[in-house]
Amino acid sequence: MNPILQEKNNFTKESLKKQFRLSEFLAEKIISSVAFLSITIIVLIFVFVFKESLPLFSFVKKAKENTEIQTHTGAEIEKYGESEIKTEEIEPETYGAPAEDLEPETYGTPTEELNPVASKIEPTEPETYGIVTEDLNPEKTYIQEVVIDDKVTENNEGADKTWSTFFTTEWVPVSEHPRFGLLGLLIGTLKVTLIAMGIAGPLAILAALYTSCFASKRVKEIIKPIIEMLAAFPSVVIGFFALMVLATFFQDIFGYDSRLNAFIGGVAMALAAIPIIYTISEDALSAVPKTFSEASLALGASKWQTAFFVILPAATPGIFAALLLGVGRVFGETMIALMATGNAALLSTNPFESVRTFAATIGAEMAETVFGETHYSVLFFIGSLLFIFSFALNAIAEFYVKGRLIKKFQGK
Amino acid sequence: MKKSKKEIAPDFFSNKKKGVDIKGKLVVGITQVAVLLIIAILFVILGIIVYEGRERFSWEFISSFPTNGMTEGGIFPALIGTFILVVVMSIAAVPFGTITAIYLTEYAKENSKIAAAVRFSVRTLAVVPSIIFGLFGLGFFIQFLGTGIDKTFNGGELHWGQPNILWASLTMSLLTLPVIIVSVEEALKTIPRELREASLALGATKWQTIKNVVLPGSVSGIMTGTILAVSRGAGEVAPILFTGAAYYLATLPESLSDQFMNLGYHIYIMSTQSSDVEKTMPIQFATTLVLLILTLSLNLVAVIIRSRIRRKAK
Repeated sequence: MNPILQEKNNFTKESLKKQFRLSEFLAEKIISSVAFLSITIIVLIFVFVFKESLPLFSFVKKAKENTEIQTHTGAEIEKYGESEIKTEEIEPETYGAPAEDLEPETYGTPTEELNPVASKIEPTEPETYGIVTEDLNPEKTYIQEVVIDDKVTENNEGADKTWSTFFTTEWVPVSEHPRFGLLGLLIGTLKVTLIAMGIAGPLAILAALYTSCFASKRVKEIIKPIIEMLAAFPSVVIGFFALMVLATFFQDIFGYDSRLNAFIGGVAMALAAIPIIYTISEDALSAVPKTFSEASLALGASKWQTAFFVILPAATPGIFAALLLGVGRVFGETMIALMATGNAALLSTNPFESVRTFAATIGAEMAETVFGETHYSVLFFIGSLLFIFSFALNAIAEFYVKGRLIKKFQGK
Repeated sequence: MKKSKKEIAPDFFSNKKKGVDIKGKLVVGITQVAVLLIIAILFVILGIIVYEGRERFSWEFISSFPTNGMTEGGIFPALIGTFILVVVMSIAAVPFGTITAIYLTEYAKENSKIAAAVRFSVRTLAVVPSIIFGLFGLGFFIQFLGTGIDKTFNGGELHWGQPNILWASLTMSLLTLPVIIVSVEEALKTIPRELREASLALGATKWQTIKNVVLPGSVSGIMTGTILAVSRGAGEVAPILFTGAAYYLATLPESLSDQFMNLGYHIYIMSTQSSDVEKTMPIQFATTLVLLILTLSLNLVAVIIRSRIRRKAK
């Protein structure tokens, strides 16, 4: 816990022995505690984004409590010891009515979608197998336990049905019976990501290959900053450009109906992802030891053969990391999605149809929701999904890929 | 050298021994095309925005308020709002970023787990989608801190518990924190070890060394980080969508608890929610031009300072 003091001992044993300087001690303490701020922020983001989506989970519980034990509160308190207070608070309001209507619905649908995650959830809530299966995201269960004793805000009408609508395709958040079908959004997001990566990936990697293997040093010094300049373009500018110029341009070429669609969004997001993929894969390619290429050239391979068959394979893990981070960028990109994808959650595989992504949904609808409403919680829930996803991507890029890279270069 | 090698040794992958390597030329050509394409796209974007934005771009446009339901006039309040945003953001982010960087370079040990965790979270902060910061700002700063302040000090009256410039700036400072940390860390690493050792050998304590030797040497790094952070913060819109940006305000923000207009947000609403998108097109392009000039020139300055640091290090 005290790397500072130890390090201090290494260097200034003398002065430390002679006198204890309070101000310096404090300054160093402050430095090390501020350094933890970034860790704290990550944790806080996680907790707070998730916290706002908690009402959803409490209602899952309530719904299943209703369906399972239709008797009284006492039984529940025994069962869910930790969340005692919350169940008591929310219980009385909607207890009676939804129970009967709900039972057939919530039981019927989810079982059709068998989910491997269910087995993980089992130990915490053994009896409620059916409903929780809807839950796609394995990580959520852990968090549920961690944050569960936070305060829970109240939900409005139709909330018990929220979960059963998650796996439908309709996204109708504002209506008599709001439906929060995440599937349509998921497909939209995937479609845009696929198009964007399909364009950005090859382009950026080829450009990186040219910069690190073929270009002369002078050319390299010109190319690199220019391409990295693309990263300085704010996403709202790229989105605006796509909306005003690209959309019309491509419509004239392909002649499709909806002016703003997944393809336009994908092209625009590719522009945002190119500098990321380029920079990281260029670094990875440059990091390949000189001995590799020298050995290859000495064996008689030409320059391009060396580049494609020696350097590129050696840098694969780094390029993989670059692609992962590119996916992360595209997946969470909000402004471009808001401006260039058309924002209609249609369920089709046609790339020239409007789509709606997760991030754009949050960006477009959060301002209109009321604090504590189901819609509000669902948007925060989508946010925590996005966060978990980008966190996981980064973790994979960081640990798995770097480990592989080091092993490779050490020849193990 | 290489040519002679090629002639002597049989070609490793193809059976061609002599002649022009068409395949090789083609492959290199493809990579070249990729580079040229990216650069071309970049200049096309720049060119179109400059071309379309140039007719409205004037001093008057920058220095006047929008009029007539935002279909005419300038972008002065949006510019000022962006300015206040990045200033408050820098005040919050620069000290924390610098201190974290000092910890990572000066105090953290090579293979300490804690430093690795700090590094990992800094990198995670850099890749978290910006909209998540917006959600966090809403959930933490506004709903938790703001409402908390109102409850304890204002007797429940809504003052801080709503979107305003302070919360937007703080949200933005979280987003730009990694930018500053990375730049400062890079600058700190270029300070020669000998300088530190000399200071320590003269009897200075570690803290004195940092204060008098390391920090003065990293001023340019802190500056680069700040400039890059400002450039980033000026352009991001997603984090302030629901933490403080306003559609239209007739007056400039007077205190930190006011909402504000923002350049990027202005572009977004003008191009998607304006009553007459066609008519305001020149305004939109000009606004985009202003934002682009702002971020690109800041970036250019940062690149120049950074290359100077690197040259000095050599």
